[in-house]
Amino acid sequence: MNNLIVLPMVIPVFTGIILVFLRPYIKMQRWLSVLSMMLTGGLSVYLLQQIQAHGILSLAFGDWPAPYGIVFVADPFAMLLVLTTSFVTLVCLLYAFSTIGEAYEKMFFYPFILFLTAGVNGSFLTGDLFNLFVCFEVMLIASYILVMLGGRKVRLQESIKYIAINVLSSWIFLVGIAYLYGAMGTVNMADLADKVSQAGQSPILTTISILFLIVFALKSGLLLFFWLPGSYSVPPAAVAALFAALLTKVGVYAMFRTFSLIFFHEPSITHTLIGVMAAVSIMIGSIGAVAYQDIRQIAAFNIVIAIGFMMIGLAVSTPAALEGSIYYLIHDIIVKAMLYLIIGTMIMLTGKTRIKQMSGLIRNYPILGWLFFIVTLSLAGIPPFSGFIGKILIGQGTVESGAYLLLALAFLSSIFVLYSLLRIFMNCFWGETIMTIEDEKPLKKSFLLPSLMLAVATLVLGLGAETLAAYVTDASAILMNPDVYIDAVLPED
Amino acid sequence: MESIVIVLAGVLVMIATYLFLSRNLIRIILGSSLLSHAAHLLLMAMGGLKKGRSPLIGEAAESYVDALPQALILTAIVINFAVTAIFLVLAYRTYQKSKTDNLDVLRGLKDE
Repeated sequence: MNNLIVLPMVIPVFTGIILVFLRPYIKMQRWLSVLSMMLTGGLSVYLLQQIQAHGILSLAFGDWPAPYGIVFVADPFAMLLVLTTSFVTLVCLLYAFSTIGEAYEKMFFYPFILFLTAGVNGSFLTGDLFNLFVCFEVMLIASYILVMLGGRKVRLQESIKYIAINVLSSWIFLVGIAYLYGAMGTVNMADLADKVSQAGQSPILTTISILFLIVFALKSGLLLFFWLPGSYSVPPAAVAALFAALLTKVGVYAMFRTFSLIFFHEPSITHTLIGVMAAVSIMIGSIGAVAYQDIRQIAAFNIVIAIGFMMIGLAVSTPAALEGSIYYLIHDIIVKAMLYLIIGTMIMLTGKTRIKQMSGLIRNYPILGWLFFIVTLSLAGIPPFSGFIGKILIGQGTVESGAYLLLALAFLSSIFVLYSLLRIFMNCFWGETIMTIEDEKPLKKSFLLPSLMLAVATLVLGLGAETLAAYVTDASAILMNPDVYIDAVLPED
Repeated sequence: MESIVIVLAGVLVMIATYLFLSRNLIRIILGSSLLSHAAHLLLMAMGGLKKGRSPLIGEAAESYVDALPQALILTAIVINFAVTAIFLVLAYRTYQKSKTDNLDVLRGLKDE
């Protein structure tokens, strides 16, 4: 039965390979990709129930026991993220059906989306550091192609920077793994955690952990986010939404995993550093979000703020704060996808990207306007929506551990988020309508449906936080208590 | 022997850094490829160089070579190969579109 936990990675890979051969049959490609995402989503719900009942599931490939072979580990944290990933990918696929155009669809667009999802799911589920590197690369190579697909000049230019920075960070990752292998003689995460907690975290290991911190900060856009606004603004809306929702979050997940499982013995060095990086990225992100005129840039700086916000939870590492970060991670995957889909729709309808060039859109497209308002409220953390519970729990954590500076920054950043998005709302949706009835492009239902699905999801997540609470509490308990994870993965001796 | 390999890796990183910082796109790609090779050498040195027989059942020997770094390097080489191939295609397409491989000319989005 444990074999099932490999399927969230295998289903998209196989479907993707099949789709490569079905190149001319676009209808079939669409159906198969939707089907595979639904299957993965359904499976992850089932696995969540199983984990709840029987504890963490782990699978050693080829029956090589844990420290020697590669393992996949499904704990509630990973599974919740797999579920969210499947849902958001499904929604982005639905949006792509009506917007992406036949040229993309014939150029293996769907297979690459599925490979990307496979890499993301693999990164969540793997229990081996080198395997994490491989899954990162699967995800990144698919993302390189999705950025440059279409071959417009600006897209190619941005992909050069995007690939160069990612090659460099993957190199640091590999060097970190090499040093860690030299120091500890293993790359299995549970085994590493076990050995580090027995032998103590020596200064060498702390140095290596800072290498990993740099890598994951580069991938997730924590402080080292200079590549992010450029490469997230050029791809088509469906792809940008998927990137904004998933790619940076994988870095966040990796950071949570390594710094709560393996390198948590020297919090005065590593966790302080994470706290400082989170604080600085919140500040720069807030300044960026209110400074720019281009709505894509504003959205990109909102990602930076959110990453900093989640990292506060890791920096203080109390049960409440970690719980809050997990809630916020799930919330942010859904809402960032929604923000990017709506912004993509706005740019598609008006053909403009600056807030000064749009006005009074709410008269032309009322539902779109209200959806944008919901995103704004949800990102700012207004109660009926999903951002609230995460923010309150992270706040509680910072108070418990006395990190008042982080607390102040976290809640000030909410105001900046609210202001930056309200600025878009007031400039673009309010004001005089400059679009005449003749100019007005028709807004198809299929453009709105995906954002509507995400809006319902953020509302349900906000109202139904209680249902989710059991899983999230479990997930944060495991993050706080690495022995549970280690015992589940390593065979008893 | 390990120290020679480490020094070699260091020299490779040095050359790669020089190439990576240049303005020419092809040099950057070569730099990225060299950089990965340095990492592979480092992995090999970290696992320890040949200390015994190959790790096969039936090879009755006192000590065996650690096979894991080799598996890791093999995987990393394949990944590096794929990324370099994509990067080269990108460079070619960019050259076709922009008629230049100078990164100063290829600067990104025009801001405010």
